[in-house]
Amino acid sequence: MHSDLELGLYIFMLATFVGLEVIRRVSPLLHTPLMSLTNAISAISVVGAILITGAQGATMLSKVLGFIAITAAVTNIVSGFLITDRMLKMFKKREVRK
Amino acid sequence: MAHLAPYLAIVAAGLFVLSLKWMNSPATARRGVFAGESGMLLAIIGTLAANQVFNWQWIVAAFLIGSAVGVPIAYIMPMTAVPQRTALSHACGALAAALVGTAEFYRETPDTFTMVALVVETLLGFLTVTGSLMAMGKLQEILPSRPITYRSQNVINLVLFVTALGIGVRLIAVPTDHFLFPIFAGLSLLFGVLLLLPIGGADMPTVIALLNSYAGLSACAMGFALSSKLLIIAGALDGSSGLILSIIMCKAMNRSFSNVLFGAFGQIQESKVRKEKRPVRSASPEEAASILEAASSVIVVPGYGLAVAQAQHRIRDLFDNLMRRGTDVRFAIHPVAGRMPGHMNVLLAEADIPYDRLIGMEEINSDFAQCDVALVIGANDVTNPAARSDKTSPIYGMPILDVDKARTVMVIKRSMSPGFAGIDNELYYMDKTLMLFGDAKAFVTEILKELPVPAGA
Repeated sequence: MHSDLELGLYIFMLATFVGLEVIRRVSPLLHTPLMSLTNAISAISVVGAILITGAQGATMLSKVLGFIAITAAVTNIVSGFLITDRMLKMFKKREVRK
Repeated sequence: MAHLAPYLAIVAAGLFVLSLKWMNSPATARRGVFAGESGMLLAIIGTLAANQVFNWQWIVAAFLIGSAVGVPIAYIMPMTAVPQRTALSHACGALAAALVGTAEFYRETPDTFTMVALVVETLLGFLTVTGSLMAMGKLQEILPSRPITYRSQNVINLVLFVTALGIGVRLIAVPTDHFLFPIFAGLSLLFGVLLLLPIGGADMPTVIALLNSYAGLSACAMGFALSSKLLIIAGALDGSSGLILSIIMCKAMNRSFSNVLFGAFGQIQESKVRKEKRPVRSASPEEAASILEAASSVIVVPGYGLAVAQAQHRIRDLFDNLMRRGTDVRFAIHPVAGRMPGHMNVLLAEADIPYDRLIGMEEINSDFAQCDVALVIGANDVTNPAARSDKTSPIYGMPILDVDKARTVMVIKRSMSPGFAGIDNELYYMDKTLMLFGDAKAFVTEILKELPVPAGA
């Protein structure tokens, strides 16, 4: 068996279990911010996009596709984290406005 | 610096897990966002520092453009448009993954293992791109939000999907068949469109969660292709999050995944809509105000109609007014109220309603029997008692808010037209129900005029 594949599958399995356990505990109050946060985190594909665009001797096709991919992922990262924070700032526990 | 890169990635993975863990309570959630941001920053620094990166001008330009687009989106987007924004960003995330997969495919002839990962990555990526764009169009109402169906829809979708998969398998076997790749990508894109056509607005919470999961799994497959453990972990976290949310949404509607995806729920079921006119009791804002004034406990049931009418700030005024009179006011939140998981909570939080007043369905349902007034604003199917009693109803078995058990029920609604699922709501014909006909925002404003600000305020 491909050792990378074996290791990768172990990591995938464990990370999925951790994810299921952690997410199960998230308060339903916060399901919308949770979704924008995980969405921002999934833009981790920016890492792959950087490697593709920045590879030595990258073809024009790679560079163009990678460029679009980085732009899309960075848009996602920036707007995702900022809007999650903007939403969370609104969740306040306090008394009726006097 | 370069040899530090793998360690930065490990720290980043840890931060992502912590970030999700801290989302479990509003008290720690903002720390969670900070952890997520730090993780992302470390991951990017680690990648840039690994001495494998050239063509800096392309990368820097893409970062600048992405930030220039992302910042305004985050600050200008109104909270009522959050479902659309979420769908759009699922499309962006999936596009990134799909394009990287495409570039990777053309870069060099990948081995079988890499090729499997690339096929999964691009298939999920491309179908999520168009699927999410369709979802966004429906939520923004650029596209009709009712399900679009045609004959043998499911068969056509299945054939298309199997064809795409077949080409994928062929590409895995013979990666040098470059000409097949555009066909594969095109079919995946088309499949995303077709998959979303029969989805109605009421099913959006489930479908958005599912697309979230696909975007994550696509990033995860990229992790396998690039043998990046960090991508596998982050993708798996996102994938499991979307999966859990869509399971919660399905349970809250008592439906299965396949029923949501292929059931085309929300077509008008002619046979179910009764033709004869049945009498309802309606009331004026003055009458509604005097009933609210006399009540000692009120439960507000918000639905998508509240978001459409943008009534959240007026409702906050009503909430303040009643709370100052010593009335106990709480909000009953059904898991699928609105167009995405948790949609109502964000809207009400935006209007400064304290989150300890927003109560989930299971917790609040037993309290309806003791409550004087249940005020339903823009919610319909989630309050329909037929879900408990009428075995022939399409929503039979769906968990609902037991609004009909309150002493008095008031429903703010534009007209008697049936809800999204096209099902008549028995609640409206009960003796204790008062229909308040009008726009939610305008009606609550009228009620407030009749409720003088209590002394001492």
